[in-house]
Amino acid sequence: MYFQDLMLKLLEFWGNKGCIILEPYDVEKGAGTMSPYTFLRALGPEPWKVVYVEPSRRPADARYGENPHRVYQHHQLQVILKPSPEDVQDLYLDSLRAIGVDPLKHDIRFVEDNWEAPTLGAWGLGWEVWLDGMEITQFTYFQQVGSIDCDLESAELTYGLERIAMYLQDVDNIFDIKWNEDFTYGDIFKKAEYEHSVYSFEKANIETLKHLFNVYEEEAKKSIEESLIAPSYDYVLKSSHTFNVLDARGAISVTERTHYIKRVRDLARLVASAYIEQRKELGYPLLKGGGIEDEQ
Amino acid sequence: MSNKYLLEIGTEELPARLIEGALKQLRDNTDKMLKEERIGYESIKTYSTPRRLVLIIEGLKDEQDTLEESIKGPAKRIAYDDDGNPTKALQGFMRGKNITLEDIYLEEHNGEEYIYGNIVKEGKDTKEVLSNNMAKIIKSIVFPKSMKWGGKNLRFARPIRWLVSIFNDQIAPFNLEGIEASNITRGHRFLGRGYIEIKSIDEYFDILKDNYVIVDQNKRKEMIKYASERLVKEKGGNILSDGGLLDEVTNIVEYPTPIIGRIKEEYLRLPKDVIITPMKEQLRFFPVVSDKGRLLPYFITVRNGNEDHIDIVRKGNEKVLGARLEDAKFFYYDDIERPLEDYIEPLKTIVFQEELGTLYDKTIRVQKLAKKAGDYLEVGEETQKNINRAAYLAKADLATKMVNEFTELQGRMGMEYAKQSGENEIVSTAIYEQYLPRYSGDELPTTTAGALLSIADKLDTISGIFAIGIQPTGSQDPYGLRRQALGIINIILDKRWTLNLGELVDFALYIYVDENNLVFDYKSVKEEIMKFIQGRVKNMFMDMGIRYDIVDGVISTGIDDVYDLKIRADKLNDYLNREGLADVLFAFNRVVTLAKQAATDEVKRDLLIEEEEIELYDAFNSVEEKILNSLDDKEYDRALEQFIVLKDPIDNFFDNVMVMVEDEDIKENRLNLLGKISKTMLMICDLSKLVK
Repeated sequence: MYFQDLMLKLLEFWGNKGCIILEPYDVEKGAGTMSPYTFLRALGPEPWKVVYVEPSRRPADARYGENPHRVYQHHQLQVILKPSPEDVQDLYLDSLRAIGVDPLKHDIRFVEDNWEAPTLGAWGLGWEVWLDGMEITQFTYFQQVGSIDCDLESAELTYGLERIAMYLQDVDNIFDIKWNEDFTYGDIFKKAEYEHSVYSFEKANIETLKHLFNVYEEEAKKSIEESLIAPSYDYVLKSSHTFNVLDARGAISVTERTHYIKRVRDLARLVASAYIEQRKELGYPLLKGGGIEDEQ
Repeated sequence: MSNKYLLEIGTEELPARLIEGALKQLRDNTDKMLKEERIGYESIKTYSTPRRLVLIIEGLKDEQDTLEESIKGPAKRIAYDDDGNPTKALQGFMRGKNITLEDIYLEEHNGEEYIYGNIVKEGKDTKEVLSNNMAKIIKSIVFPKSMKWGGKNLRFARPIRWLVSIFNDQIAPFNLEGIEASNITRGHRFLGRGYIEIKSIDEYFDILKDNYVIVDQNKRKEMIKYASERLVKEKGGNILSDGGLLDEVTNIVEYPTPIIGRIKEEYLRLPKDVIITPMKEQLRFFPVVSDKGRLLPYFITVRNGNEDHIDIVRKGNEKVLGARLEDAKFFYYDDIERPLEDYIEPLKTIVFQEELGTLYDKTIRVQKLAKKAGDYLEVGEETQKNINRAAYLAKADLATKMVNEFTELQGRMGMEYAKQSGENEIVSTAIYEQYLPRYSGDELPTTTAGALLSIADKLDTISGIFAIGIQPTGSQDPYGLRRQALGIINIILDKRWTLNLGELVDFALYIYVDENNLVFDYKSVKEEIMKFIQGRVKNMFMDMGIRYDIVDGVISTGIDDVYDLKIRADKLNDYLNREGLADVLFAFNRVVTLAKQAATDEVKRDLLIEEEEIELYDAFNSVEEKILNSLDDKEYDRALEQFIVLKDPIDNFFDNVMVMVEDEDIKENRLNLLGKISKTMLMICDLSKLVK
């Protein structure tokens, strides 16, 4: 199965299950969880169902395009089901069948894994899903987001698309994945991988980035004072990514590091609480006819 | 009649390590409930798979035991009217208690006759009682970390998806936050049927077995062992035994089928730990070894399923292990491109604890502290050199790629890389041994250098963490300080070393001030640390079977010299267990208690008047030197024997001499005499702590 068919199959599968199919959110981020479609929507009592592919940038994982498994940017397919339905595990297994993974021919396991993202003040309990020993999905029931308890717990399914594709196509190197009949993953990304590696590890201008971090942080705070949640959150994402580049660049000392993480987490909490307030003021529009029971 | 009850809590995959604790709570809480509800039973058994916790009660009585009690009603004089008929008061009492005239009788209470009613509470049906209690029992199971799901007002380790509750062959209904108990269970996720009716408890295990679920965890464990051993015997190997891993694997499959897979020979050239760690820790594979313990190019993984399409599963697992070992190989060869010493510089950028500096800072502190400890023991120059070198290299492996990926290899890689870098055997071993013991009952350091390094490393951590005020409280012990303190004591006792712990703590704190410019209340921090270590000593001695009063008695003389403390506690334990000798020691109880009021231990001979006090004075003088010499030689047996001589003089003294007399000088002199005796005795134990 080609990489693009893998994406399409999963999008289609979850679309048919009532998920909104959205495009990637256009700000740099390290994981699908950081998209506002997850981070913000997981808060409060309103229901939400969404599926999207999220290109995820992790500067510290960059390997100049030379490592068969690790890359600067990979693709997560993210599903949020809020509230988590009774049969969420069965739905997930059906999605594997949809991409041609028959559980009867493999060994599929739910292995304990408690997910935590310190910069987001988020954690949840769940599993890594193993396919014949390989981790292919992170399955989490959110408990806290933005350091705030979740009113209505979501199930988050994060598929590692590259790993699944490597398994399905039986290739040992990520760059050999066939995107479609004519192009490989390497054709599309290898050069960019190299350049981002050089930039993240060697060339990024430390002073500029530190300055940018401060600017983004400031802008996030100012926007939140004006109750402009969406723009504020964009700047939280930008500050988070800037921090990641600085970190990969080796420009942040150990003590500074915890401090930076705390600054991002504090911003995330600010935005999260403002979002909750805003939804409350709006009278939780998605609760009306949102198709779930009143939980009060 | 004898009845059976079955409860199955159907869940999504539970973390293996939490299952045993949950079963225990399920058993204990059920037992407690049945006792409170007056329901007799013969046995409670529990079973588990990753997707179910199962409770089976056998030999249940039909109903609760009958409860008979008599309840006081109105006084006789207002209970009947003039014609002897029940008044409204009596009628109301009978109505309220649901009894008739036949159930009442008269009895006098405080000089007046009252009506009493015999109330017999018929026991409710067992089935009904179980239905009423099961939701509560499930909710009472607690986990170290629990979750909520889907908006339900319920916490559990993972979501509960179904409940089976059967009394003999009937559903014992209850509702847990919207989850309705029934007689419908579920089979294996892929191989079994989705919904299966259980008509009677007796068929429960067989029906689930037909649906690829082996409910009894012990049977699953046997299946894994038996089939795995058969597979590896064919290759002339053995499973590298590990009870913990077997238990874990048992708890992550419902229907186990072991598979043997191959490891590429090229990876076997890596150090054994480097191969075993990803296998066991990341993939839950069992390594396979030859009779001589050499790794063979095979592994065992246990599939949650049957033999169908097993080649696909084997190939997938081999591929995953291959990728992990390829990583490990890369890390290993990259790491050994430089000598271990080169990894010390990067330690300056790795934080040990935010307020306590980097790992490099720790390295320097431990180096100094280990040297100090070595000085106490007067170890030779050669050993000091080894200690110094090992302490310097101790944390270097924490900056290597391998340990970054597999933190559990800390120390082991240090040893391996030290050898590769040409360090001597003792230095290399000591680097590994600094982390010992890692858990209760773990191996202890064998080398002097390793033991001192381990003590210094742990004492440095304890001192630093206390200095910044985050000592353990209750269940909170994020730095594992309790374990580390126990480790220190275990090593000292094992090595039979005389070390002054108080002075070492002093020095450890001093280094923090000197090297890290740490600011803290020196005196109170030291006291807290010593109190903390004292608590560990106490627990440990009591675990070793020493009486608690003896432990208290010896500990209150100070814990600087733990090994000596242990000798004294053992001797006293022996003595007090011997008939007759206990009395002797208790004679000193009164001495020590009164002696606390003594001003000095200077006794003026001419102020001694009574015969009995002179006798005691002389008796003590005649043995004092022998006692002191024995104490110097740590010959506590001999010292205690000398003390026995004082028993009669002490008894006579207290029988005939009044201590608290009006004459201040005489009173003080008598107290001082007791003080002098007591002071010597306290070198062994505070006898006032002993309990007869």
